[in-house]
Parts: sequence; C-alpha cells; structure tokens
Amino acid sequence: MRAGEVSSSIKKTLKEIGIDSQIIRRMAIACFEAEINVVCYAESGTFNLTITPDTLKVVVEDVGQGIADIELAMKEGYSTATDAIREMGFGAGMGLPNIKKNVDRVAVESRVGKGTRLEMVIEMQDLSKKASD
Amino acid sequence: MTFKEIKEMLQCEVLCGEELLDSTQIEKAFAADLLSDVLAYAKEGTLLVTGLTNQQVVRTVEMLELRGIVFVRGKKPDTETINLARSKNIPMLTTRYIMFETCGRLYQCGLTGSIECV
Repeated sequence: MRAGEVSSSIKKTLKEIGIDSQIIRRMAIACFEAEINVVCYAESGTFNLTITPDTLKVVVEDVGQGIADIELAMKEGYSTATDAIREMGFGAGMGLPNIKKNVDRVAVESRVGKGTRLEMVIEMQDLSKKASD
Repeated sequence: MTFKEIKEMLQCEVLCGEELLDSTQIEKAFAADLLSDVLAYAKEGTLLVTGLTNQQVVRTVEMLELRGIVFVRGKKPDTETINLARSKNIPMLTTRYIMFETCGRLYQCGLTGSIECV
C-alpha cells in the first residue's frame, strides 16, 4: 500500500509556497488521515487543494462505502476497520477526530454505498490553534 | 543525546541516514505499534520507536516531522520503504531489543516521552 503520496505532495506544495510550518504540519496530518480513510474505505478519491490569502482548504471526495453515522464516526475509538487495516497500524477510530483536532473547520457529507465528501479548512490568520491542542 | 549515541547504546544496525546520525539530536521519544496513536499524539522532533515496518510508518514520520525511527525486535522494512525514508532524509535504525527494553534504556539515558499521558 502506498497511501501517503498525495499528502506528501500537498505538503511539498505548501512548503514551496512558503506557508507557516505549523499550518503545514496540521494540514499534512489531516490530509494523511483522510488519505488513509480513502485507501481503506473507498474505491477511489480525489483531493482538491485551494489556497487563498486567508484560508487553506482541502476537499476530499471519494467513491466508496460511505459513512452510515457521521456523528459516531467523529467519536474517538469508534471504528469499522477490518483486521487488514488494523495490521497496517490504523483503524483505532482516531482518524476523523484527529482531523477535527488539526483543522479549524471540518464538514463531512456522506451517502452510504455512494461515497463521502470531506472538507477541511485552516484559517491562515489564526495561528493560535496547534496540533498539540 | 545524538542519534549516533542511541545507535551505539542499542547496538543498532543502520538502515539509512548514517550520515545524519551525528548531527541529529534526540530528546524525546514515542513508542507504539499503532500509527493512529502516533498521528494523534506524537510531537514534532520526536524519535519513533516501533515494530511496524510498512511504508506508512515513514509517511507518518514525514507528516509529523518526527526525527527518525528505531525498529525494535530486529524488524526491518523492505527495500522500497528504506528507499522512501532515504529520499525523505529520515534516519532509520533497527535494534534486536524488544520495545520495553528499548524504551527503558532510552529513558535511562535521559530521553523523555513525546507526551507524558493522554
């Protein structure tokens, strides 16, 4: 499995532009968690990065099984992971909660059997929120 | 302590990044075989101690800006994973000590946890 290449290239792009390193780290972690989710639970997915002077936005859209209960999926420890996912070191039910922790705004829409749309936004003017919060 | 001192103390084999060991200072560590937890809790600049050897270990270190990896229990990743770490300038060592021994020895040398508790 080669999950992580997309997040790595997003991180590289943000570095090249000269975005604040703490913001890059937060978005890189969020993207990687999202990428793992796409690889584990969907058939295909796209990442769309939008940068404005004020905000950094990544929209992840996948075609896949979708999330039946988004509220539950946002809770730490809730997981529908298979043994194969767990053997890779994931599937602890920390993905979406960790995304929420690292970005300023997160929105999830999903249709079971169709796919999921995840929007992650970091406000670039607000440097107060850190990954360590 | 430097990564080189860690290498000697844990009698490690160097998998990649030998040229970086002298200049890499390590003060804190995070040990886990669960990448979900590493992603949620490890702070940047940390040494990762793990028994997992897939490519996502390297990606996790890259995203979190951790300082390097020590694989325990004599584990070794495949060549593709080692090459990925090399391309990202992430030094990787492997030790035959089990995770408990590895962590105990690092702690005795003054390393602290990346975080103390959750």
